[in-house]
Amino acid sequence: MRTIQSEALTEAVKRLCIRANIELPEDVKSCIRVSLKQEDWPFAKGILEKIEENYLIAEKKQIPVCQDTGIACVFLEIGQEAHIEGDLKSAVDEGVRQGYGEGRLRKSVVLDPLQRVNTKDNTPAMLYIDIVPGDKVTVTVAPKGFGSENMSQIKMLKPSDGADGVCEFVIKVVEDAGANPCPPVVVGVGLGGTFDKAAYLAKKALMRPLDARSSISYYRELEEELLQKINRLGIGPQGFGGRTTALAVNIETLPTHIAGLPCAVNINCHVTRHASEVI
Amino acid sequence: MVHHITTPLSENAAKLLKAGDTVYITGTVYTARDAAHKRLAEIIEAGGEAPFPVCGGIIYYTGPTPAKPGQVIGSAGPTTSSRMDKYTPDLLDLGLRGMIGKGARSVETVEAMKRNSSVYFGAIGGAGALLGSAVIKAEVIAYEDLGAEAIHRLEVKDFPAVVVIDCEGDCLYETGRQRYIEVRDE
Ligand code: SF4
Repeated sequence: MRTIQSEALTEAVKRLCIRANIELPEDVKSCIRVSLKQEDWPFAKGILEKIEENYLIAEKKQIPVCQDTGIACVFLEIGQEAHIEGDLKSAVDEGVRQGYGEGRLRKSVVLDPLQRVNTKDNTPAMLYIDIVPGDKVTVTVAPKGFGSENMSQIKMLKPSDGADGVCEFVIKVVEDAGANPCPPVVVGVGLGGTFDKAAYLAKKALMRPLDARSSISYYRELEEELLQKINRLGIGPQGFGGRTTALAVNIETLPTHIAGLPCAVNINCHVTRHASEVI
Repeated sequence: MVHHITTPLSENAAKLLKAGDTVYITGTVYTARDAAHKRLAEIIEAGGEAPFPVCGGIIYYTGPTPAKPGQVIGSAGPTTSSRMDKYTPDLLDLGLRGMIGKGARSVETVEAMKRNSSVYFGAIGGAGALLGSAVIKAEVIAYEDLGAEAIHRLEVKDFPAVVVIDCEGDCLYETGRQRYIEVRDE
């Protein structure tokens, strides 16, 4: 058994909140650059150039890429041989509090969905915990903006809907979203499991690097087919028309019930942020 | 077309702007998003005065990040405009000339825009660091308790935006996409 002090977790979460908001992951940046090369509509190209300029300014000035610095989604993969001393949830929230404070990030969380009073420190984090083999803890912070989160949908498809039904639904979600989620978007698809697990898979799909296709060849093909179809819609960067409506489609799956085909689509924007550390 | 426009924006200047045109805005804009709109609506309903000149003004739907020491503002890009649609027609009828945001607007908002010769501008969503660079002065003027949602007066210089919906109700989200598809499929 390896003991990890909860302070180490706080420190990691704090650092990651700041880093994730200021520096886009390399795979996202390279995907934006590739889309710039592929874009065939001059006006759209101009927008993509500005999007590239934006993340460069953010890095240079060390300020957030986007003003919606999100709700802090914190993923912990805890090795079953690791023991965290102290209160884990409080340690994570303390990291969010310090990160959003010191990093001058926007505080965008309200305590109650209907009363809507701002917690003023961006806590609590949305915490996802997974138990894995080993004695390490992998911490991932993924600040999630709500312009894109609000455009996400879930549908309990029928088994007979099959791959065609999945494609149709995913495309409908992107179409419904239009310009709202700041296209080009990243599309996370969760297939299978239960109602709630499908939504979780869709969020997890957004953590996968944009240049890493599914390890299952059947789903790899589906990801490619969907991306191609989405980029035929013509919505384009910011919805002003053009090729680049999406940067990537990532699909994650789980076994499911004989009677169901849960399909969740979590939309993210070109500011797809996540940063990780191993403790 | 590219236009360099200054605030307050006159009706005549607004009428020259067409969906798809690029604009660079210089002058004063006021920030307001969900919570501030709710309060503005309550004030207007009660017959009171808004904390900034609505008539001829431009509202920017944004909630900036806090500035670092020595900086004017942090990141300041647009938020989704449709959440403000419930409150917007009343503001337009009070003479609001322009709005900066992202995403589609409701039929009611577009009708009120046509009625009042107002313009809806789109700024690049997710480009908060770039857009914040066009802000040369920022000051909270009302609802400080709302934090990022407080109303800020921003002085902007050559703030880049695109005319999304013009005074006649033409919408770039429809025409831009259509034009692209037509040319692509030719
Ligand atoms: S959808 Fe993404 S890019 Fe757009 S404002 Fe929200 S966080 Fe920023």
